[in-house]
Amino acid sequence: MTGIISDNVGRTSGLIKAASGGGGGVWTKIKTLTASADATLDFVDGSDDVTLDSTYPIYVFKFINIHAATDTAIFSFQGNASGGSGYNETITSTYFESYHQENDADSSLTYNTSGDQGQGTAFQNLSQQGLGVADGTEDDMCLNGELWLFGLSSTTFVKHFISSINYNDKSASVYSNNTFVSGYFNTTSAIDEIQFKMSADEIDSGKIKLYGLKDSA
Amino acid sequence: MSGIIAQNTLDSSGLIKAQAGGGAWNFIKKLTASASSDLSFVDGTSDVVLDSTYKEYIFTFNNIHSDRTFDVAYSLDFQFNMSIDSGSNYNVTKTTTIFRSQHSEAGGDASLAYQTDKDLAQSTAFQALGLYVGTESDNSSSGYLHLFNPSSDVFVKHFICTLNSVYSNNFNREYFIAGYGNTTSAVDAVQFKFTADEIDAGDICLYGLTT
Repeated sequence: MTGIISDNVGRTSGLIKAASGGGGGVWTKIKTLTASADATLDFVDGSDDVTLDSTYPIYVFKFINIHAATDTAIFSFQGNASGGSGYNETITSTYFESYHQENDADSSLTYNTSGDQGQGTAFQNLSQQGLGVADGTEDDMCLNGELWLFGLSSTTFVKHFISSINYNDKSASVYSNNTFVSGYFNTTSAIDEIQFKMSADEIDSGKIKLYGLKDSA
Repeated sequence: MSGIIAQNTLDSSGLIKAQAGGGAWNFIKKLTASASSDLSFVDGTSDVVLDSTYKEYIFTFNNIHSDRTFDVAYSLDFQFNMSIDSGSNYNVTKTTTIFRSQHSEAGGDASLAYQTDKDLAQSTAFQALGLYVGTESDNSSSGYLHLFNPSSDVFVKHFICTLNSVYSNNFNREYFIAGYGNTTSAVDAVQFKFTADEIDAGDICLYGLTT
């Protein structure tokens, strides 16, 4: 191995040498949506360069510095089945979290029954209230994390999702909250649209990135 | 974007444009179940790499399904083990933890609990990743398992797994399993199977992380 390929071995950006057997880079960045006081951020297969179909068996959304316009906002998501109307798929889910306060007064690991669903069609909570504050005192509070979606195009199985997020929750003292949310869309229809929104007001700022994970070289 | 980077965009061999995140994941192998007694990844077999090439490996599980006849008294577990002899024996000694959250479709039985009956303490048995998995036609399990530095001849072999599963009585369950193969021998094969009958459908992909 000589020349420019040899020169690029070991690099992680720009031009890199493909992995043995080809297939370097199994993650494909599909779309980035940047919030600017948006009511929702929508990823719709076939629209605006979004792919959300059988192209990838696994999709991952990355949440980067998601900030709400109001301090009671809950960050949430729902899906829409192919050919369906409305973000209202049936979900059964679990929600637990660990949290700890900046003043060291409160900490816990606990299941949160206000965040789960049993065959519900509501938006699935990924956080609890307190995500962002618009009063100018805690404008640095935000949410970061990820959401994995499995087999969205399957017409045989339910659609599993797994999320882990860390966010700030303001009380007398700011919390660090680490949420673990998982569940399934209880449908055998393919899901090709995902929407994110706050329970109140807008997504003030932040980015959501969609990636597809290849299952071949 | 112009010049040589633009020219190499979408290439998959030779020089390629780095993916977001540096292209650290490398696809190695996909095994698709079809009434399979097990799915096994053995280094050096069928294009599987599971050696010192990568310091971290990730297995992804997509809609792992069993069609075993439902038996409320039987814990049909999706499970795994490791081998240090190229798959001749899957019996690495392990110490592990497992906990899970659960919630029923009926809206009850929400809880977070440690699963004392499914962890291992210096045991060579298979480690359960999902318990009492549902076997209805649309039931399945999906998730991922990280295996760290399996080729080390100095350290134990840590693993971390998250699996979401339809529990047999129409519950959602999320499992968190972690532990280590308590061996300083290189692990060169990993096997997945159910406690009974076959893996009817689903696929497992193996990736290696460039570090």
